[in-house]
Amino acid sequence: MPVTDHNGTKLWQRRTARESLSHWVMWLIGVAIFAYCWQRISETTTWFFVWDAPRIAGDLWARATPPKWDYIAQLGKPIWDTLNIATLGTLIALVLAIPVAFLAARNTTPSKLFIRPIALLIIVSTRSINSLIWALLLIAIIGPGVFAGVIAIAIRSVGFCAKLLYEAIEEIDDTQVEAITATGASRWQVMAYGIVPQILPAFAGIAVFRWDINIRESTVLGLVGAGGIGLQLSASLNVLAWPQVSLILLVILVAVVVSEWVSAKVRGAII
Amino acid sequence: MSDTFDVQARLGKPWKKPPFVRRAWLRWTLIVGFVAYLVAAYLTIDINWTRVYEGLERGKQFVLAFTSPDFTTRSGDIYAGMVESIVMTVTSSVVGIAISIPIALGAARNIAPLPIYLICRAIIAVSRALQEIIVAILLVAIFGFGPLAGFLTLSFATIGFLAKLLAEDIESMDKVQAEAIRASGAKWLQWVNYGIQPQVMPRLIGLSIYRFDINFRESAILGLVGAGGIGATLNTAFDRYEYDTAAAILLIIIVIVMALEYLSGIIRARVQ
Repeated sequence: MPVTDHNGTKLWQRRTARESLSHWVMWLIGVAIFAYCWQRISETTTWFFVWDAPRIAGDLWARATPPKWDYIAQLGKPIWDTLNIATLGTLIALVLAIPVAFLAARNTTPSKLFIRPIALLIIVSTRSINSLIWALLLIAIIGPGVFAGVIAIAIRSVGFCAKLLYEAIEEIDDTQVEAITATGASRWQVMAYGIVPQILPAFAGIAVFRWDINIRESTVLGLVGAGGIGLQLSASLNVLAWPQVSLILLVILVAVVVSEWVSAKVRGAII
Repeated sequence: MSDTFDVQARLGKPWKKPPFVRRAWLRWTLIVGFVAYLVAAYLTIDINWTRVYEGLERGKQFVLAFTSPDFTTRSGDIYAGMVESIVMTVTSSVVGIAISIPIALGAARNIAPLPIYLICRAIIAVSRALQEIIVAILLVAIFGFGPLAGFLTLSFATIGFLAKLLAEDIESMDKVQAEAIRASGAKWLQWVNYGIQPQVMPRLIGLSIYRFDINFRESAILGLVGAGGIGATLNTAFDRYEYDTAAAILLIIIVIVMALEYLSGIIRARVQ
């Protein structure tokens, strides 16, 4: 018990001696790991640059302000491309995610032993690799451009959408499915009238949520050459045109905030 | 439905599925607008189909490379990159979490005064609005190449994520326990330590592990802009069309992410 008798007066302590010892050891190990990791970072860092950083940051700020406002005329098409990458990518991802989700959900999968693990593997592997890496890969395969961006966003989103969707499918109300089955409906009719209406709100929510994330991600896909406003960003960075960079960053910030607002509004309307 | 159910009128008519959007004009506007957008979007994307077709061969090679990933040829680079990624993940998670706890306390409306609340919420909003890769570009420009820029980027991103979710948890905590501690004459720090911290600890641990997982994934791409980690090695592998090495790196990333996810599932189940 954490209450100890101390010269006749009872003292409350949060932990027993053994607990506090194990806490101590855990903290010690944690701090040691952190110190070791920090030391590794420290030895690869040129500390002179770090001490010089405030001056460099001030210098950058002076170069980047004010933003080059008339450059915005050239950003119309890239923004449209970015929007397309996000929207088309999300659409393709949703089309691909629906079958994967049905195959992965415990209550709808045709085979728990063989097909479900495959579907789960698709979900994990597409989810754990960032869209920039997918873009890098697709550029090597199908060449730079908006199309590579669309496909990269689509592949990356499949896992995310399918995961959320199959969790929604697993949480459906079985009685409705049973009722439809009892009317003599075929397997597909049960899907269409028993399961789909139940997951439709979740599906719409997931679609909008992912679209919002995809707008964010597609703004930077251009850095590796996959189209969108990121292309302009990387071109401006390469020629050190800081006033253009600051304008592009502002535009990206506005796009992200607007997409978040839209998605919050739509989700609020659906759910 | 407000209209009375008229049995006679419905008799003999087949049942029709009710539409998703009930108002007809809205439904048709949405459909037409959507199709028009699709057409416009498709027309503005110029897809070079011959290039895509030629690329399919390379795509096949890449998929085949997954069956024979090459871990050995560039094992030194892969090892160094992976260690750097993990080091960045560990340090940035620790520092990010340490900074985000006071910010989360400040961003919880039920315990922070309004000015502090607004400042902390502003920090969170800025951190969430800027994407990791853009922050990394700026920090690389300021601090130079290397894992320090990556570490700072991930720490910064951690603050927005963790502080926001933790603040929401603090806001929805049980007030009674905190009041009981305060009634015993506790100082502010004791109040936080004994009244609030035990309530939010499970969530804090769960979120921290989740963020650790995200930080590792993000650290894999920071190398693309020179901020250290495995990304640089991966980029080089793609540039040289060394798909077997790229496949090996991707496999390692997937395995580590899966292991982390599995681990976090176990730990979260234990603390909650």
